[in-house]
Amino acid sequence: MAAHLSYGRVNLNILREAARKELREFLDKCAGSKAIVWDEYLTGPFGLIAQYSLLKEHEVEKMFTLKSGRLPSADVKNIIFFVRPRLELMDIIAENVFSEDKLHSSRDFHILFVPRRSMLCEQRLKEQGVLNSFINIDEYILDLIPYDGDLLSMEYESAFRECYLENDQTSLYHTAKGLMTLQALYGTIPQIYGKGDCARHVANMMLRMKREFAGSQNQILPVFDTLLLLDRNVDLLTPLATQLTYEGLIDEIYGINNGYVKLPPEKFAQKKQGEASKDLPTEPKKLQLNSAEELYAEIRDKNFNAVGAALSKKAKIISAAFEERHNAKTVGEIKQFVSQLPHMQAARSSLANHTSVAELIKDITTSEAFFDNLTVEQEFMTGVDTDKVNTYIEDCIAQKDPLIKILRLVCMQSVCNNGLKQKVLDYYKREILQTYGYEHILTLNNLEKASLLKPQTSSRNNYPTIRKTLKLWMEDANEQNPNDISYVYSGYAPLSIRLTQVLARPGWRSIEEVLKMLPGPHFEERQQLPSGLHKKRQQGENRTTLVFFLGGVTYAEIAALRFLSQMEDSGMEYIIATTKLINGTTWIKSLMDRPESQTP
Amino acid sequence: MAFITANWNPLGEAFYRKTELYEMCWNIRDGLRDSLVAAAPYGGPIALLREPHRRSPSSRPQLEIYSASGVSIASFPWKSGPVVQLGWTVSDELLCVQEDGSVLIYDLFGSFKRHFSMGQEVVQSQVLEAKVFHSPYGTGVAIVTGSSRFTLATNIDDLKLRRLPEVPGLQGKPSCWVVLTQDRQTKVLLSNGPELYILDNTSCTAVCPPGLSPQAGSIVQMSVSFSYKYLALFTDTGHLWTGLSHLQEKLSEVDTKKTVTPKQVVWCRRPRSQQPSVVLMWDRLLMVAGVCNDTIQFPIEDPCVLVGELDGVRIISSANQELLQEVPLVCQDIFKIASMAPGALLLEAHREYEKSSQKADEYLREIKEQSMLGEAVRQCVEAAGHEYDPSTQKSLMRAASFGKCFLTDFSPDHFVLTCRELRVLNAVRESSVGLPLTHTQFKQMTLQVLTDRLVYRQFYPLAIEICRYLKIPDYQGVSRVLKHWASCKVQQKDLSDEAIARAVCVKVGDSPGVSYSDIAAKAYECGRTELAIKLLDFEARSGEQVPLLLKMKRSQLALSKAVESGDTDLVYTVVSYLKNEMNRGDFFMTLRNQPVALSLYRQFCKLQEHETLKDLYNQDDDHQELANYYVTASYREKRLEGRLSLLQSAVDEYNKAKNEFAAKATEEEMRLLRFQRKLDDEKGAGLLGLSLQATMEALLALGLHKQAEQLYRDFRVPDKRYWWLKLKSLAEKEEWDELEKFSKSKKSPIGYLAFVEVCMKCNNKYEAKKYVSKVTPEQRVKAHLAVGDLEGAADAAIERRNESEMAAVLSRCSASDRPLIDRLNRAAAAKK
Repeated sequence: MAAHLSYGRVNLNILREAARKELREFLDKCAGSKAIVWDEYLTGPFGLIAQYSLLKEHEVEKMFTLKSGRLPSADVKNIIFFVRPRLELMDIIAENVFSEDKLHSSRDFHILFVPRRSMLCEQRLKEQGVLNSFINIDEYILDLIPYDGDLLSMEYESAFRECYLENDQTSLYHTAKGLMTLQALYGTIPQIYGKGDCARHVANMMLRMKREFAGSQNQILPVFDTLLLLDRNVDLLTPLATQLTYEGLIDEIYGINNGYVKLPPEKFAQKKQGEASKDLPTEPKKLQLNSAEELYAEIRDKNFNAVGAALSKKAKIISAAFEERHNAKTVGEIKQFVSQLPHMQAARSSLANHTSVAELIKDITTSEAFFDNLTVEQEFMTGVDTDKVNTYIEDCIAQKDPLIKILRLVCMQSVCNNGLKQKVLDYYKREILQTYGYEHILTLNNLEKASLLKPQTSSRNNYPTIRKTLKLWMEDANEQNPNDISYVYSGYAPLSIRLTQVLARPGWRSIEEVLKMLPGPHFEERQQLPSGLHKKRQQGENRTTLVFFLGGVTYAEIAALRFLSQMEDSGMEYIIATTKLINGTTWIKSLMDRPESQTP
Repeated sequence: MAFITANWNPLGEAFYRKTELYEMCWNIRDGLRDSLVAAAPYGGPIALLREPHRRSPSSRPQLEIYSASGVSIASFPWKSGPVVQLGWTVSDELLCVQEDGSVLIYDLFGSFKRHFSMGQEVVQSQVLEAKVFHSPYGTGVAIVTGSSRFTLATNIDDLKLRRLPEVPGLQGKPSCWVVLTQDRQTKVLLSNGPELYILDNTSCTAVCPPGLSPQAGSIVQMSVSFSYKYLALFTDTGHLWTGLSHLQEKLSEVDTKKTVTPKQVVWCRRPRSQQPSVVLMWDRLLMVAGVCNDTIQFPIEDPCVLVGELDGVRIISSANQELLQEVPLVCQDIFKIASMAPGALLLEAHREYEKSSQKADEYLREIKEQSMLGEAVRQCVEAAGHEYDPSTQKSLMRAASFGKCFLTDFSPDHFVLTCRELRVLNAVRESSVGLPLTHTQFKQMTLQVLTDRLVYRQFYPLAIEICRYLKIPDYQGVSRVLKHWASCKVQQKDLSDEAIARAVCVKVGDSPGVSYSDIAAKAYECGRTELAIKLLDFEARSGEQVPLLLKMKRSQLALSKAVESGDTDLVYTVVSYLKNEMNRGDFFMTLRNQPVALSLYRQFCKLQEHETLKDLYNQDDDHQELANYYVTASYREKRLEGRLSLLQSAVDEYNKAKNEFAAKATEEEMRLLRFQRKLDDEKGAGLLGLSLQATMEALLALGLHKQAEQLYRDFRVPDKRYWWLKLKSLAEKEEWDELEKFSKSKKSPIGYLAFVEVCMKCNNKYEAKKYVSKVTPEQRVKAHLAVGDLEGAADAAIERRNESEMAAVLSRCSASDRPLIDRLNRAAAAKK
């Protein structure tokens, strides 16, 4: 079921199994039949750990969504709340419990906090007078959730906002804790590199936690050689750009949530022979996207322009395989053919699905609007006219294009120009306020606080220096047979990944100057290994680096790292971890303030 | 070799031996006569209460605590009520059961820890007899009262009293009784004259031991084995019945020919016993009665106390202490006269080898011929474990080591481990330490418990030595010892805080697993707050420091420690604590010094307490945030007046924050709101809340061109955007003449391609075509294409000699446009 987690260099299924074991243990603590009341936010991430069948095996008979008022009736012995430690949720729970007592009194209540217990929340429950109604109050430490064979995410949506706007480092504490759990399972990571204030803070906490548990020395042979912690604000540019890999585009256009995407159903209509497709499905088509699907694993990280060729090649292979049946003469041959049928049919339906998805995307990528937008992005990234008001943006505002699109472009221009001239900045801001409403002054404020949007303070724009030193723009990016990571954005090589690449070879010392231009400190720490655990490396064996993106990572960046892992001479395998999988739209969205939604 | 078997006594097939453990160090004048004695198993301590029944206040009885070797640990006059029974808990605490049913608990050093009562009704009826017993649940106490009722507490650390049902016909105390633990239930077995009863939670059942001869008489003494599995009953006719304790099976019945009730009856078994036995003690005689009906008799001079152990019986007298046990099979094999067991041969071989005699080789050969060398080594090692005398241990281990030389692929682990463990055992058996543990007992109790026991006795250095010697991971071994040591150290009243803190720090250092906060908590418990704070400073885990600091009312310090830990929940906890404890001003000042805490509190306020948020910003003169706060608040306000006044506050704050842009924008917003209201009032336009752009759009849609124009000028809307707006609005309303007029009002800032495209969008090709000619040459091809005029597009492209434009036109041509295609191709070729 989760086999794809164990195919990679690092068996992330260990982590998943550890998480499942803990869940089972908790469920068994509450003897008898149970109903789970879910904090809705958690259902997605939990789906990656345990399906309903596991819960069912442990006598979970009903599931509800947490909402105020009275709990739905269910004939169960236990009611278990699965919640994040948030005060507003505590109030709802209290309400639930109160309205419950009047009806029955035989149901037992339990709370499972994810990812950590909170004294503050328990205090709140106590104030509400319900704390003693709970038989078990426990925590389910779920920091890093295995997403794919090489990908871990905390699914902590507000991490970037909290760190950079609100100076709230809760997510970093969870990160550090998560990394400690990871080290407990996969051994101490001997080398830690980092860039950025948050990275520094996480590293400090990790070293402190290690000191605190100095006694329980980890006797596991380290799986990871290096940990690289990167602040998202070191590279604000990359997420703003439109991702051009297959997976990146799916996410940009339709949004991938917890490994699933919902697509417009029209293209997936089942066309049976002789039957006109009269009733089109109205429900969105839900597809799971991960490396368990062979074809998807093959094409997800390709530049979209190379996907068509890959799909038609695959189509030929599959139909050739089906043709084989004509060659099958002997009973043995036929038998063999039949034994391969299920696999072939799965491949065929997977091919059909992705052909449809690719068609959907192609309709968009070939549109003029997409092309114009991309052209402007690329102009900014190459430093063309970044210091003037851009006509295209102006036109888009006049056309009332979606605000997030405008913000992505303006922020990108600002980042590529190391800030905008005051006049230009004020012009954009006025245009946005007048067109989209004055309430967005708060959002603009936030973007400025996060340095995504800023006035030019010095006349010197250091972005071109960074671009040249790190070769962020490659003129002749090869989309079909890439030889450099720049293929993921058809020319732009993501800064974050360049930093990762340079760290592996030749090392950060070669780019000291550039590192100084980027925000936050860069550092290196070593963690002492117990003697006897020093790895004796085989000739030609790759090193493994865990790259942790604090504040989010995009699918295109992941694709770039996978590309580096596959390069024959890189000598490095990358495992990716992050607080949240993001794209420019979800990212900017998380930074927006909508006053009306703040009313309590 | 003869001398090793000298103290062996045959009993059935097996042998029993009595080994001296200690000459007792104590000096007891009257021996053990007239004393209440409690000696704990596993070589535990001995408590002695002399003349417990002497009640005159002028001469109080003395309570004395000794190690198993008789070294005095504590001694103090007994000042409380009369004691019925003494007993030890599994963690070496002394239980004193008083007549009135209260149980006093003392530690090994005689300091009082706590007390509990066996029930109120006991105060009246009084305890007649009590027993302290051990079960998987811990240490328990059972009593029988003057009203002939039994009360049980199975675990004194989790006290739950259980009053057992009445026993029919019982007056006063029963003739004898024992506590049994069976099937996870604790029961009492008692005899009352000829009757035998089992008493459990709910019922009292009369039972009859199977196979007990009817003429055996009534049961006057009984004993249950260490594991609660076997039972021995002694009758007034001198019959000893042995069997399983669930009374389903009889093992044997022996006639001791003694009609006097023995003072003590104790089982003597060992794991895998060949010949389990029962030891009976009378005033001058000790009898070992085996299941095989055989007996051994030892005369005794002094009154003794028998202590049942896992693998034998300890016999404590005023002069010495002996261990009576069945000789383990492996020792029998090796030491039995003329034994040909491989181990025996190996021992002989080694002895000859030491004498440089070639006989060594003969013996070895003999073992090897039977391929029994491995077995021989194993036997020697195992036997060494069972021997108490170090020189015997050594000769066995040497023999094993010698034998090992002739073996390949023989794991040395067993040998090495036994060597190490024997060294440890010999060390703790030292009279000064006084823990006479056998190897079997040691294995059963585990090293962890042994270290605990040493620690209770404050043998800290020895405990540490042992942990290091056995290479126990620090956090399980040395650290645990240090933790106990430090907790004990902080209680030393004669040392200054400074000295203690230093001493603790030097010894404990940063040993893993030692929690300074636990030590500090201990110090605080003893009333030494200053010392606690000093100790907390050494705690590496800031998180751990916080709760204690709060308890000690050091909240500021707690806050900075919480911040240090990075655990935001902890910070929140301290903050909410501070909030309740301090006045607002002090609270804010405290937060001010802790930016992390402050921003977390702000987050909290954003969700929970809007008003406080304002105060916080005010205090910090954070005008920018204050202004944002007002803006946010203005959107919560329903009334326009309220909204405007909040926005005015925002403007003021933005000005103070020198954020000119925001101030102006907010003023604009206010102006717009006022304008919208005016128009809503006048025309019912429903504009309030729309953005400026949307307002103008609405005005144009309503045909209020003048008002739209006014906004355009007043708000200095860029021409481009306004032109777009007007263009789209006119086209949508299909006011084509207006549109044309508008296009001519001045040179379009957005060019004319926009006109073409918008008209086409409204499906008016005719109007669109009007503007094609006005489009700049660069966009002309696009314009022609937009209106579907391929001819014109081709002309324009060829005129501009622009290849990509020609290609664009070509791509739109269909096969029917042959002449056009040819023309374009020619032009393209000409250019090349």
